[in-house]
Amino acid sequence: MRTVFKTSYDTDIDLHEHWFRRGRYLALLVFMMSLPFWADEYFLAEATNTLIWSLAGMGLMVLVGHTGQPSLGHAAFLSIGAYTDVALMNAGVPFLVSFPIAGIFAGVVGAIVAIPAVRMSGIYLAIATLALFVIVEEIVILLEPITGGVGGLFAPAIEIFGIPFERYAYLGNFYWLVLAVVVIICWGYANLMRSPTGRSFLAVRDSEVSARALGINVTRTRALAFGLSAGVTGLAGALMGHFIGFFNYELFSIFISINLLLVVTIGGLGFIQGAFLGAVLITAVPQVIAILRDGLNATAGIDLGAIPGLDTIIFSLLLIVFIIYEPQGLYGRWLKIRTWFEIFPLARRDMFRRQKSYLKTERSK
Amino acid sequence: MSLLEVDDIAVHFGGVKAVDGVSFRVEEGEVYAIIGPNGAGKSTIFNLISRIYELTRGRIMFDGHDVTKLGAHQVAPLGIARTFQNIELFDHSTVLANLLMGRHLHRRTNFIQDALFLPKVRAEERAHRQRVEEVIAFLELEAYRGKMIAGLPYGVRKVVEIGRALAMGSKLILLDEPASGLSVEESQEVAYWIEDMRRDMGLTVLMVEHDMSLVSQVSDRVLAVANGRMLAEGTPAEVQAHPEVKAAYLGTEVAA
Ligand SMILES: Nc1ncnc2c1ncn2[C@@H]1O[C@H](COP(=O)(O)OP(=O)(O)OP(=O)(O)O)[C@@H](O)[C@H]1O
Ligand SMILES: [Mg+2]
Repeated sequence: MRTVFKTSYDTDIDLHEHWFRRGRYLALLVFMMSLPFWADEYFLAEATNTLIWSLAGMGLMVLVGHTGQPSLGHAAFLSIGAYTDVALMNAGVPFLVSFPIAGIFAGVVGAIVAIPAVRMSGIYLAIATLALFVIVEEIVILLEPITGGVGGLFAPAIEIFGIPFERYAYLGNFYWLVLAVVVIICWGYANLMRSPTGRSFLAVRDSEVSARALGINVTRTRALAFGLSAGVTGLAGALMGHFIGFFNYELFSIFISINLLLVVTIGGLGFIQGAFLGAVLITAVPQVIAILRDGLNATAGIDLGAIPGLDTIIFSLLLIVFIIYEPQGLYGRWLKIRTWFEIFPLARRDMFRRQKSYLKTERSK
Repeated sequence: MSLLEVDDIAVHFGGVKAVDGVSFRVEEGEVYAIIGPNGAGKSTIFNLISRIYELTRGRIMFDGHDVTKLGAHQVAPLGIARTFQNIELFDHSTVLANLLMGRHLHRRTNFIQDALFLPKVRAEERAHRQRVEEVIAFLELEAYRGKMIAGLPYGVRKVVEIGRALAMGSKLILLDEPASGLSVEESQEVAYWIEDMRRDMGLTVLMVEHDMSLVSQVSDRVLAVANGRMLAEGTPAEVQAHPEVKAAYLGTEVAA
């Protein structure tokens, strides 16, 4: 059992209340940084992909997990980020400039779209974001000179101060670049959540009436969350474009939007860590299926490859299982396990039973 | 000029005249109570002041500002804090976080400074925390600081909501039935707090309350309403003795 004695307000303000926890995150970071030195190409590519998904997951988490707004259209922001970055680079802008602009542009589009959309809620907002996705897809197809239309285009090789970050020839460098972006965004995100901005997101999520009574401008807060979410997702989109190398509008399909929603829900809504756990799961499942498929094919002659959309079926089942049994996702489950160990042997069986609370409908408008 | 001036306000929901021509003035430093049977329109008056509902007619002035021209989020910065009859806390945050949310209108940093967690942000966080700790000490919430709202007993949640309103550091505090659902001892504690709010914090209190012993104990003046209309205004004793008030309460569980 470990007890943290709080000796100053800073203990609560700091990102980690205990040097041990901070040390663990540092160790994880060092481990991640060491990957290119020993992992093979295949694994490194998978790790890069997972990091890009984590980044997009963080983008959606701000919106869904922390501000309580659904979006089915986040593939649109991936797409905006990817095409803006490539278009700027093709126009001769260096990556170091084009990349942040891609994020900012996606964010601004998100915030502008959000202003009418955030007045809606629940299913209407989901439908509006879906409409946005369809519109962006059409625009991408129509803007052929910039986007390559249906045919698609190549993402130019990245170079920063003469150092190559090309995804195939210099995968290790590209991986470090992605890792750096993920770490910076994650740090900013964690900072946001321990400051007034993050608290205003949670306030809007949990009770709009009282958020207003506290002086929080709900519309502006939601638009800000939408913009930040779109911006981070746009950055992920740009990296995704470089990772895939050659892509067209089909890369950013509606399934990507849905998978992103799965990342945040299965990972754990309302936890930054959830975006990472969800991303690991969503990128690992196709690999596990591939291994199973080969294994079953070789030993039992069963051809899983004949079943279309097996990934999607498995994801959907996982989602249903999580919604029913662990609404707090993988990270919520981990927190419970950790608490159980930390207070061992004091855990009680019903410790995490969901508290019976008054009905939402009993509350005033 | 009074701190709060409510002039002939009315709101109609379809055919229901929830509030119909109510006027009153709350002086600075006063504890003013609104009483009335269930469905009288008391909470609706609060919701009109906080701009949750649009007025059908009338005007509300606070500290020289026309509240009726503002959006719901612009009321708090004028110096009006409130609680809700059915408790509107942020259930998935801790008590501490909820109280810190009460400091929102004092934030001086923008989201970029927040994301970078500049030294200014930390300094502000410390100041907010200091203020919140005073509220925690006042309401004796120390034991619950790090607890999630969702798991707390009803009585504690009620106190946390009062705490969140106090953390706002406003001039006027609206309390909608602060003692409902509380035990006799807890209600007594609420009475002491209200007295301290006025005396030590210089707050003006406008409250809705059914518990007449609490009302008599703490309030300077009382307004009785029924069916959206005013019945009587005066000292607690005067209002309780008023024949129309007695009639309005006949047959309801709250005996005056
Ligand atoms: N949003 C609304 N739409 C329609 N009718 C409403 C609305 N809000 C309140 N009312 C009606 O207005 C009347 C006054 O309600 P209000 O909540 O103000 O009563 P109250 O005096 O606070 O009662 P209680 O003591 O039960 O809290 C009731 O008849 C209620 O049904
Ligand atoms: Mg009421």
